[in-house]
Amino acid sequence: MSSQDTPEENLPAERAADDSEHGAVAVPGEKNPFADPGLPPHEHRIQDIDERAARRSERAVAFMFTLSMLATVAFIASFVAVPVDKSIYVFPLGHISALNFALGMTLGVALFCIGAGAVHWARTLMSDVELADDRHAIEAEPEVRAKVMDDFRQGAKESALGRRKLIRNTMFGALTLVPLSGVVLLRDLGPLPEDKLRHTLWRKGKLLVNMNTDEPLRPSDVAVGSLTFAKPEGLEEHDHDFQNEIAKAALMIVRLQPENIKDKRELEWSHEGIVAYSKICTHVGCPISLYEQQTHHVLCPCHQSTFDLSDGARVIFGPAGHALPQLRIGVNDEGYLEALGDFEEPVGPAFWERG
Amino acid sequence: MSTANDDRRKAPAGERVADWADGRLGIYSLAKANMRKIFPDHWSFMLGEICLYSFIIIILTGVYLTLFFHPSMNEVEYHGSYVPLQGQLMSEAFASTLDISFDVRGGLLIRQIHHWAAIIFLAGMFVHMMRVFFTGAFRKPREINWLFGFLLFVLGMFTGFTGYSLPDDLLSGTGVRFTQGAILATPVVGTYISMFLFGGEFPGGDFVARFYSIHILLLPGIMLGLVVGHLILVFYHKHTQFAGPGRTNKNVVGMPLLPVYMAKAGGFFFLVFGFIAMLAAVASINPIWALGPYRADQVSTGAQPDWYMGFAEGLIRAMPGWEINLWGHTLVLGVFIPLVLFGLFLGIIALYPFIESWITGDKREHHILDRPRNAPTRTAFGVAWVTAYMIMLIGGGNDIVATHFHLSINAVTWFVRIGFFAGPVIAFVVTKRICLGLQRRDKDKVLHGRESGIIKRLPHGEFIEIHEPLSQEQLHVLTAHEQYQPAEIGPAVDENGVERKVKGSQKLRAKLSEAYYGDDSQIPKPTAEEYREITSGHGHH
Repeated sequence: MSSQDTPEENLPAERAADDSEHGAVAVPGEKNPFADPGLPPHEHRIQDIDERAARRSERAVAFMFTLSMLATVAFIASFVAVPVDKSIYVFPLGHISALNFALGMTLGVALFCIGAGAVHWARTLMSDVELADDRHAIEAEPEVRAKVMDDFRQGAKESALGRRKLIRNTMFGALTLVPLSGVVLLRDLGPLPEDKLRHTLWRKGKLLVNMNTDEPLRPSDVAVGSLTFAKPEGLEEHDHDFQNEIAKAALMIVRLQPENIKDKRELEWSHEGIVAYSKICTHVGCPISLYEQQTHHVLCPCHQSTFDLSDGARVIFGPAGHALPQLRIGVNDEGYLEALGDFEEPVGPAFWERG
Repeated sequence: MSTANDDRRKAPAGERVADWADGRLGIYSLAKANMRKIFPDHWSFMLGEICLYSFIIIILTGVYLTLFFHPSMNEVEYHGSYVPLQGQLMSEAFASTLDISFDVRGGLLIRQIHHWAAIIFLAGMFVHMMRVFFTGAFRKPREINWLFGFLLFVLGMFTGFTGYSLPDDLLSGTGVRFTQGAILATPVVGTYISMFLFGGEFPGGDFVARFYSIHILLLPGIMLGLVVGHLILVFYHKHTQFAGPGRTNKNVVGMPLLPVYMAKAGGFFFLVFGFIAMLAAVASINPIWALGPYRADQVSTGAQPDWYMGFAEGLIRAMPGWEINLWGHTLVLGVFIPLVLFGLFLGIIALYPFIESWITGDKREHHILDRPRNAPTRTAFGVAWVTAYMIMLIGGGNDIVATHFHLSINAVTWFVRIGFFAGPVIAFVVTKRICLGLQRRDKDKVLHGRESGIIKRLPHGEFIEIHEPLSQEQLHVLTAHEQYQPAEIGPAVDENGVERKVKGSQKLRAKLSEAYYGDDSQIPKPTAEEYREITSGHGHH
């Protein structure tokens, strides 16, 4: 304890010295009117003095244990008898799986009754006389402490670890290095990031394929006020890497009145008011799916980031940090919507190397 | 045959088995100390039991689920008995979860018991932690056990998260995506951690198998060790108790382990298990068939994590989208700050016992629990912490709050943003006031007795209410708490008039000590003199 430490007088006094050690009754008197009166005398329960009440308790406990047995039998019977696909109407739950309901209720009753029986038994029939146990300090007596310290010093001295520095240093070196093998082994958990997060499947000339109909989109398919989801041509649900690719390439397409588009670049990259934006939120990557056609706002349902599609998809509310990337689109010779290149910036959540 | 052996043979079978075991394991010395160990009784002491029992239930049901679950992300076409999803592409993980739910008899029940038990486990730990906090049960010698409990809570959160991510349904996949997005926000190493965790780009084909081994082996293994350690320490320290007649810092008063506590605690296990089984029978949890399999480009509205992840969700939703772009790098503060806050916010409660013991300078053992009112600053701090937690929980469900109460999502978010800072301050001040008010009332009761509600008219016409003196037990309980005096730095100059050097940490400590135990922070408890003066004055006031 340094001199700056709390002086002893700032600590509250140990509970009054005339406090009972345990159980012994201290007479409250002149010295301490608040003295501990000691353990109160035991009060008998009805079961302690009336054998008939005790019998009733016994029967109640036995009844609950019996109920549990019956419930287990009912559990097995339901398992065998109730078909797995049967549904029943239970008020007020509605239509629910009959088997789940039967198994759950019977198992629940079987378990609950064991517990209720045991607790009732403990509360009414087992002794409720309170007992006191002494506590002992957790920390060791000074002699024990001295012995341990001596033993340790002796052991340390015999090992000569402190004296033979060469052994000590090389041992620490070896022990420090050996876990490196474990770290190195983790290297193949995955590839390095490289520029994987910067590219998607979109290329110049890739058609925009409607996610629902699987047909390439024409400008006439995109009505004002509608929200269309699209994927790059050639990406099929059965493809091995479908999930990884769609996680980056998913697109949402809306048609605005060209005069409503406030952002100059957005207008340039659009076609007849049709704009294509990444569907992946720039916050933490949820797919954006809510479109408010009057205001041209899209809302991410996960964390409510809101983007204005008529103004370069800039963030107007919520936790997202930057605008949705736009895909430059046009129309090919056959009149289908096509991409005019990949996204110019990485889609999805921001990351350190994004820049 | 010797007579000793004859005696052995005559002993009951149970005793012979016990002798056999004692000869090999030395169980008698263990039983001597523990078989009739005393456990104090209080309703709040069963909160920890709920956690232990739900943990056991989770392990039992979890082992069953591993027998049927396929932790694989291979895409399969579904041909099981749930008609609406037939023919759909989905991962084997999702398909096998559908099988557990619709084809394995009792599978759905066990799944729902598993999930409900997990929710109750985390809720139980939260409330148990609050009990320990507000009663000061974390004080010496129990600081390490507080840390064990804290670690269990945090690991429980991540075990829960990795668990509900396994079915690979639309909701959980969205949660995994959120996690991956948050990992990406880590400066410098974010993209590397993400690539290594997912075996490449999100979602890849590895995370279910990896989460599976984390969920069923790594985290529960550590947790099991911590639970055992936690229990050993509870036995070793002996349970805390509230002040009361015959209860001192040097004893423990209650019922013996055998038979009362064993019957009550053992019975309580069955009560908890039975309750959760019935809950699983009537209340559906995580109906993955209604959500469908995960697709990286799809999402459902109203996506919510399990409750214990809600405050982290709130942090991420309420944070403004700050991003700093410098020298070709992006610092994603809008996501990274919530990530750091998540750790700090939990960390401060983990370290609290050490902070408080530093302020008090108290190195004694404490086995008598505080009533929360008698530690006003601690109680106020705890309530402020819980307030911030709850506000973030609201923030995590801002869309749900908005749709249910017909509020603007922007307004709810702004409420959360402001509330996160203002709420704890208000809660702190209000709680401290309430505590001091309760302390005053206790003092009043001790000195003037209990209001009896009986109005008496005196001969000269005055009406008075009769106050009944408290029993000795009540007098003792209401005055049993300890009160610290604020630590002082001492004079600025020493006896020779030379300026003393006072370390900044000492000044801070003195300030905190004043805040904790100064005149504004506790009502001095009644002294024997005050009591005598008033009670000997006859008449009632």
